[in-house]
Amino acid sequence: MSLLETTTTALLTLAIYSFLAGDNPFYKFAEHLLVGLTIGYTLVITLKSVIWPQAIIPMTRGEMPSLVPLLLGCLILLRLVPRWAGWSRISLALVVGGGAGVAIPAMLKARVLDQMAATANGVTSWAGWIILIGVLATLTYFVFTRAHRGAWGTSARIGRYFMMVFFGATFAYTVMSRVALLIGRLEFLMGDWLGILRS
Amino acid sequence: MSALNRRGFIYSRIAIAILICLVTALIPAAVLADASSSATAAAGWFHSSRIAELVGIVIAVLVLAIAALLVKRGKRLQLRSLPALDAVGDALGRATELGTPVLYSTGWGGDMGRPTTMASMGILAEIAKRAAEYNCRLLFPSHDPLIVSVAQETVSQSALAAGRPDWYRADDISFVSQSQLGYAAAVDGMMAREHPGAVFLRGSFEGGALILAETAHQTGALTIAGTDSTIELSFFLVACDYTLIGEELFAASGIVAKDPAAAAAVWSQDWLKYLVLTLLIVGAALTATVGFNLFQWTAK
Repeated sequence: MSLLETTTTALLTLAIYSFLAGDNPFYKFAEHLLVGLTIGYTLVITLKSVIWPQAIIPMTRGEMPSLVPLLLGCLILLRLVPRWAGWSRISLALVVGGGAGVAIPAMLKARVLDQMAATANGVTSWAGWIILIGVLATLTYFVFTRAHRGAWGTSARIGRYFMMVFFGATFAYTVMSRVALLIGRLEFLMGDWLGILRS
Repeated sequence: MSALNRRGFIYSRIAIAILICLVTALIPAAVLADASSSATAAAGWFHSSRIAELVGIVIAVLVLAIAALLVKRGKRLQLRSLPALDAVGDALGRATELGTPVLYSTGWGGDMGRPTTMASMGILAEIAKRAAEYNCRLLFPSHDPLIVSVAQETVSQSALAAGRPDWYRADDISFVSQSQLGYAAAVDGMMAREHPGAVFLRGSFEGGALILAETAHQTGALTIAGTDSTIELSFFLVACDYTLIGEELFAASGIVAKDPAAAAAVWSQDWLKYLVLTLLIVGAALTATVGFNLFQWTAK
């Protein structure tokens, strides 16, 4: 990177970090720049890689089916006209219904059926038995039509302990990765920009 | 909700479930075939490698239908309370008393096709209804234009249901940015400037979860979170006042609405969990004793 690029990046990094001291004009500038840039970037990418090659070009070749998604997209834009805003519900209904139709069976397979098979078939080792107990106890925690009392409550409490172990492990793991990101930024500021650190 | 509306709601749920079942299981194989593959696709009416999903969905629909029938015959289905939902009223009351808005986020990473976002919209409907009753402003920044459209519909319907159509402000439900960190930066700025009395973070979250939760805590907001994003849950548990863990988010809309029809959906989910528990125990026992794989039919 050139000195101008490095300095700009470093100043923007410091502007974002300045939020730690509360909202201020430097943070506002960096925030608006980031939001504006990302919206502009997304708009250009969408126009260049979706609307132009997948809707406009096929239409110029006379492939009329590509008109359907374009029309559905235009229907959503009708939300901007209060009188015709109701037409956007057609597109929204298709997105929500189609999304559910695709997502639900896929999640049923990946998150329920495959997990059940792996858990039940894993009891050939001690680790597998522990996992089975953890899964059964955690499932009892997530039953909402039964109060957590008696044996059921004990099972739910064991499930909660299993979850706490998981959350503790993931918290520590993710904090470590975030600290690595911080170290990367500090290396950039103190090394690439200020030249205090030497690699 | 009137009996007629409730019945309509139940039947529409069943119709949607059957439709999903038919679309996913009976979709012609030719439609799903990869166009770039050199193999020749043959049209068919049955996707044979999805029988396991079909069976699962048919069972789910049957259990839901039974629950709907029970509700129709007047059975009251009791659901245990969740602290994170009991606190919703307190959070809205606090924001109203302080004269500050409430902020609701479905997070970053999910679209309208994701079950988490759909569940979050159910909770948003109830929170928006109560916010309209209290005349408390509701801010809803989103990363997805489609989520914005659905949220605008949801909130405007809630305002109508509360008898306060004038309360609804479309500009408060806005698109921010599709970039993960751009979204987090914008929502942070919004929280720092608007000082919401309560922040609801419910939906799919990724790297920006802790940034949002920590900023909400710093601005003094009562924060109620909920997600099925397993890694981000640990951050919410640390930084938020209340957290809905995974499946609790899906049951929340049924519990918070105190609606028999929605309770029937939660009740049916519970019976499916009993079924899963039973299958797991039987499957593990068969594997351990005779080495039989009960779930081999799901592995196709």
